[in-house]
Amino acid sequence: MSSDSIDMGRRQFLTGTATVLGGVGASVAAIPFVSSFQPSARAKALGAPVEANIDQIEPGQRVTYKWRGKPVWIIRRTEEQLKALEESTDVLADPESTMSTQPVFAENSWRSLNREYLVLVGICTHLGCSPSFRPLSSDEIMGADWQGGFYCPCHGSKFDLSGRVYAGVPAPTNMEVPPHKYLTDTRILIGESEEAGS
Amino acid sequence: MKSVVVKNLVRLRDWVDDRFPLMQLWNEHVGQYYAPKNLNFWYYFGVLSLVVLVIQILTGIWLVMNYKPDANFAFASVEYIMRDVDWGWLIRYMHSTGSSFFFIVIYLHMFRGIMYGSYQKPRELLWILGMCLYLALMAEAFFGYLLPWGQMSYWGAQVIISLFGAIPFVGETLSLWIRGDYVVSDITLNRFFAFHVIALPFAIAGLVVLHILALHHVGSNNPDGIDIKDNKNAEGNPVDGIRFHPYYTTKDAPAVVALLILMAAVIFFAPEMGGYFLEHNNFIPADSLKTPEHIAPVWYFTPFYSILRANTVNFFMVPAKLWGVIFMGLGTISFFLLPWLDKGRVRSIRYRGWIYKTALGLFVVAFLILGYLGLLPPTPMRTALAQVCTVVYFLFFLLMPFYTKWDKTKPVPERVT
Repeated sequence: MSSDSIDMGRRQFLTGTATVLGGVGASVAAIPFVSSFQPSARAKALGAPVEANIDQIEPGQRVTYKWRGKPVWIIRRTEEQLKALEESTDVLADPESTMSTQPVFAENSWRSLNREYLVLVGICTHLGCSPSFRPLSSDEIMGADWQGGFYCPCHGSKFDLSGRVYAGVPAPTNMEVPPHKYLTDTRILIGESEEAGS
Repeated sequence: MKSVVVKNLVRLRDWVDDRFPLMQLWNEHVGQYYAPKNLNFWYYFGVLSLVVLVIQILTGIWLVMNYKPDANFAFASVEYIMRDVDWGWLIRYMHSTGSSFFFIVIYLHMFRGIMYGSYQKPRELLWILGMCLYLALMAEAFFGYLLPWGQMSYWGAQVIISLFGAIPFVGETLSLWIRGDYVVSDITLNRFFAFHVIALPFAIAGLVVLHILALHHVGSNNPDGIDIKDNKNAEGNPVDGIRFHPYYTTKDAPAVVALLILMAAVIFFAPEMGGYFLEHNNFIPADSLKTPEHIAPVWYFTPFYSILRANTVNFFMVPAKLWGVIFMGLGTISFFLLPWLDKGRVRSIRYRGWIYKTALGLFVVAFLILGYLGLLPPTPMRTALAQVCTVVYFLFFLLMPFYTKWDKTKPVPERVT
């Protein structure tokens, strides 16, 4: 090959490899920028479990705790309310909680360890608003077949007093039951449960 | 004496011109830029959006001087600007009113483009750059809305970020990544601040330059939708064109004054605009445990918000939540496709037939109704109406290749009218 002729194949190969290598380098350089968007160590630490006292809750009452910045509700349900949960399941989208997020012990119609006390992440599974508490079955705004539950003001999703979603509303699944366990009969730890893998 | 000053100024200009293409730039984009002579009222909104952009940047810089992007101080620092900083209330209201006016002029500017077929060949790229600007503007408004850290700021951000959670498999991880926390928090506020004051203003400024470069390369469309470059005089300038300066600079000046008068009227007499420009709930500090009874985005997002809410049915194995997000995304993306959906032989609505005029009319009505419904809490009746309007909205795009082809068009004149 004479010295003044251009080896196009060689030139293309060099351009190609330089581009690929440069591209790989740029992608690797992007890692710290993308990763810095993840929750920081402090944010993760603040996501630790919280303790809740339940001995002051009256039947039919709801108290709110803050776990990972989200509202977590503890609701003490009355006998009538628990009975209604067993009966009116035909309006629900997922009465058996098969498509929803909860610890295994909550895969029942009352969705909790102790039938009376419901522990629920107070966030609508549609787009993250916090539904309002409408426990009365005589609630006029909610209509005649309302058994008490939660109503999301943002997009109109409805949930029963177990946080189970009604059919035909925007929310796709039941409200989330967080992992939790009883430390004593009156103290709950929210954010940790005894079963494996939760 | 005077002539000495002028002489020296000319010398200075020539000195710069030898080192920088000053006169060339001026002539290309202003002095010798030929715009069609028949531009009407609808052609004000491009210039006006530039004016509002300048107002937003200027007031924004001044707001940052006193604003604190910290969840503990953000709400109070905005109130501090409103009450304790000299003229702070004016600068803040200029900025908040400016954002609504930005969308008013942009929506009218977009409508002009659709009405006169300004997206058609050879202006496809100009249109796409404009749509990118629209998306960047929506992002800018969304990030900015979190900064006052009121209840609407907070829950609005919560809802929009949760939209990403609807994406299968990666959704939850993605929304966690966007927030940088398990809920919208101080961390989210800080990164939104960075986007609002640094990243997006740069992007918008860059896109504006590209948009104007593309416009001046292909030339402005006009209400007749005729190419003025087809008719040139002996000097090679379009016969139906006039120089941007001094003709359009003088014509645009009163429009700018009119806009400033309107903005001043809002700023001084109705800065909250009855809760439409600044929502009442946003005067309550953010509370992560309590969603306000009724939340709605600011008016400029409500048409898309209505489309999101209108999806209440699961079908094709896809949950309603995901359909809502998909349709909301498609609602904005559809505009990008206009240059290829439109099979019409004419550009301007002046020479289109009744089918196109009806379709565009229905689309505008559906868009306005969706926007209105998005401000209200949902009821079964309103949801049904929103569903009808969503269908009309998408049929406008989906059927466009057909009705623009079948439509009987009128003959287009040779010269502008």
